[in-house]
Amino acid sequence: MTEDPRALLRADDLRLAFGSTPALDGASVAVERGEIVALMGPSGSGKSTLLHCLAGVLRPDHGEVWWEGRRLDTLPERRRSAIRLERFGFVFQFGDLVPELTLRENILLPLRLLRAPRADFQRADDLLDRLELVEVASRRAAEVSGGQAQRAAVARALVHRPGVVFADEPTGALDSVTGEIVLTTLVQLARDHGSSIIIVTHDHRVAAHADREIVIRDGRTTAEVIA
Amino acid sequence: MSISRTLLGLLENEPSYGYTLKHRYDELFARTKTLAFGQVYATLGRLERDGYAEVVGVETGEGPERRRYAITTEGVAELDTWIRTPEPATAFAQSTLFVKTTLALLSGRPPREVLDAQRGVHLARMRELTKARTRADDIDRLAVDYEIAHLDADLRWIEEASERLEHRDRAKNKGNRP
Repeated sequence: MTEDPRALLRADDLRLAFGSTPALDGASVAVERGEIVALMGPSGSGKSTLLHCLAGVLRPDHGEVWWEGRRLDTLPERRRSAIRLERFGFVFQFGDLVPELTLRENILLPLRLLRAPRADFQRADDLLDRLELVEVASRRAAEVSGGQAQRAAVARALVHRPGVVFADEPTGALDSVTGEIVLTTLVQLARDHGSSIIIVTHDHRVAAHADREIVIRDGRTTAEVIA
Repeated sequence: MSISRTLLGLLENEPSYGYTLKHRYDELFARTKTLAFGQVYATLGRLERDGYAEVVGVETGEGPERRRYAITTEGVAELDTWIRTPEPATAFAQSTLFVKTTLALLSGRPPREVLDAQRGVHLARMRELTKARTRADDIDRLAVDYEIAHLDADLRWIEEASERLEHRDRAKNKGNRP
């Protein structure tokens, strides 16, 4: 295995089985700082499992995950959880905001959990402004449209300036126009902050926003298409 | 695509010289291959012969004379019919990609290699267009979105064909096992 100093996040030969069903069967990925990568493959190919291993949510049975030059997969859950909170951002298919909180409170959540200085709270308002959410900022997450909730989810994922954003089918539940807005904003903001993004998608139009795509089939990464 | 009807459509806007028409055509429609001057003048000659266009002015100078063309009433009627007639839905049914994949399959070459190589080229183009899209005006946007939609359709076919072939290979391997 060669050490790639540019790689922000790297996984080598990951294998993971759920019972007797192999989900990952030799998946390797290297993501550079600021790079946007699409993870593509048919349903059940292991895309989301790979994403969860990269994010330190799941532990592979075999193989290694490295984050900023440190081994991630062998860390105890408490340490992995701290890294996830501090250095990672997440966008899921259905926003997954806290429904009882307002959009602004949802976006502030990572900063509050990190006990960030109040001066940083301004970032939430900047993001609300940039994502055209100011008018609905004080509405509860359960009371806004899917597109607004997803834009808030993008803001929440980026508010603490993470090193990498993990996005699992981030536009899968949206119509194409709304999806396009959400995606363009996510990519634009990540580029501005120098954050990397790993997007799981089965949609080539979504993948076309990335710098490069990684294809996974039957739990194996098969091809890296460089832009 | 009918170049003669396209030029007729551009001529409907305002009477034009061949030179102007060529540039307007290239600007709007020639994404990959520009129009040759010879083709423009030959087409204008045919449109004039068929009564769809007429010469409304001739400018003489140092070089060859420049003829200014305008669309005729018959030309407008013909253009109107052409624009309103839908294209045959089979226009996209045959592509070189399909032919190459089929031939690979028939000849025992790995069709997946053909599909994988093409998907790389398609995706690279799609990335290029996705970037161009952000700074496109309305007309450019139409063209870019049209191309993206067609690339997307091809890519979906590539994925489906790849999966189907993979299943077939897997079933075959299982069958061969003692």
